Amino acid sequence: MLDPRKTEKIMFTLFGLATAIVILPVIIICAFIFIQGLPGISLQFLLDIPRHGMKGGGIAPAIVGTIYLTLATAVFSIPLGVFAAVYLTEYAGEHFLKRLIEISIVNLAGVPSIVFGLFGLGLFVIFLGFGPSILAGALTLAVMTIPVIITASREALTSVPKTYREVSLSLGATKWQTIRHIVLPNAAPGIITGAILGLSRAAGETAPILFTVAAFYLPYFPNSVFDQAMVLPYHIYVLATQVPGVSPKIQYGTVLVLVGLILIMNFSAAYLRAKFRKRKTW
Amino acid sequence: MVTLTNPKSETLNSKQNIKIKTNNLKIWYGSHQVMHGVSIDVYENEILAAIGPANSGKTSFLKCINRLNDLIPRSKVEGEILLDDKNIYKLSVSSLRKRVGMVFALPLPLPLTIFDNVAYGPRMHGIKEKKKLSEIVESSLRSSSLWDEVKDRLNSQAMKLSGGQQQRLCIARTLAVEPEVILYDEPCSGLDPISTLKVEETMRELKSRYTQILVTNNVKQAARVSERTAFFLMGELIELEETAQLFTAPKDKRTDDYISGRFG
Repeated sequence: MLDPRKTEKIMFTLFGLATAIVILPVIIICAFIFIQGLPGISLQFLLDIPRHGMKGGGIAPAIVGTIYLTLATAVFSIPLGVFAAVYLTEYAGEHFLKRLIEISIVNLAGVPSIVFGLFGLGLFVIFLGFGPSILAGALTLAVMTIPVIITASREALTSVPKTYREVSLSLGATKWQTIRHIVLPNAAPGIITGAILGLSRAAGETAPILFTVAAFYLPYFPNSVFDQAMVLPYHIYVLATQVPGVSPKIQYGTVLVLVGLILIMNFSAAYLRAKFRKRKTW
Repeated sequence: MVTLTNPKSETLNSKQNIKIKTNNLKIWYGSHQVMHGVSIDVYENEILAAIGPANSGKTSFLKCINRLNDLIPRSKVEGEILLDDKNIYKLSVSSLRKRVGMVFALPLPLPLTIFDNVAYGPRMHGIKEKKKLSEIVESSLRSSSLWDEVKDRLNSQAMKLSGGQQQRLCIARTLAVEPEVILYDEPCSGLDPISTLKVEETMRELKSRYTQILVTNNVKQAARVSERTAFFLMGELIELEETAQLFTAPKDKRTDDYISGRFG
């Protein structure tokens, strides 16, 4: 028999090692991108349009396009996702249809992103006639993000203690008043962080925007939702594979900007969560 | 099934109005029947205690009266429950619950300030005026004998109060919607003896204005505060008597066994 204190040590080392192996690549990738990309970042790089066949100038249209696209995705996906989550958690009875919907949501989250891209092309771009546009791209990304937001929102909603609902109802509040004044305010932190994380994933996706919005080269800012736009993930792909002779400085710089945007979103989600957790009193 | 027509208490309370009446009340959770036909009259402005061991159906009985058992999946109620001679299922759920308030087993303040906890009910019923709300909050907290302890910190979180204070806050919150009936579901089960006495004192002070039903596991508590006591066992009403009568000379042997601590 092994000494329990020894097994304790062995297991502890094992778990620590596993954690290190998981974290290490993330750190290496981030550090590599940061070191390689930083020299490429300048005010001109962030604010200028691409020049000289994208071998010079900046990436401003792609940054603005990504921000527009992410915001438009949020506009479509957050209300729909949250409302659906409220319906499923608070109103839907326990029946076969609800189970079917739940299974569909889980499966929807597992659909490969290129399938969403082709679905968006078929439905929004061609059938509904939006053409390749921010509208079509945002709707496609929204379809992809909604399952994530529904799942996160439902978790947040069910984590609000059942007793709060009972208290509110016992005081004669209606079900909607209970949801509006007790459940949603207490679930909001979880919903918001879940939504931000879902959107940050959408912001970095390439396949869904490939046919629905992304422009190869468009040296100005989009001025309506029916415009095509340059977007960072696709621009990175273009620089790396479609245009020969782009300097690594520009390539890594572009990657750094995208990773930076996504990290900012993730960190703000983490910050919000920590801030709300401090206020949480149960 | 037990029908209760005790001639003595009938004459004693003949002047009193019947506030709540149940006729042959049966309750199921799924296929499991937890109440087997109970008929009770609750008089206006009395404190009725319901005692009995676990699974006796006393809490189920209580939750039927303000339809909180609706929240339990697959629950089913048969028989009649009348509030002022009117079937409670003919009223809207929220207006029923406004008239029949409830205090839960554990102190359950909402994650809001003391003020907002008490003002929650009135706000939900459409009162917005700040002055009116302040009046309601003050009078409710006074009625539950908590005002003097919290008047200087109405805007601090209710969760910071002690357990006993929280429970009196919950009583104040219930009073704030001006109910006619208050249901207590083992209101002192998580409280220390001194807090328990304070809650009991509050109940006695509210007696002149409210009809109160107290479900309790504490037999002595029933003896201390109630005027009549109902003994439940396995979903049946075994005995309902004047409290003094029931505790000194129970008619049923099972009641005797329970109150003298031989089981339960």
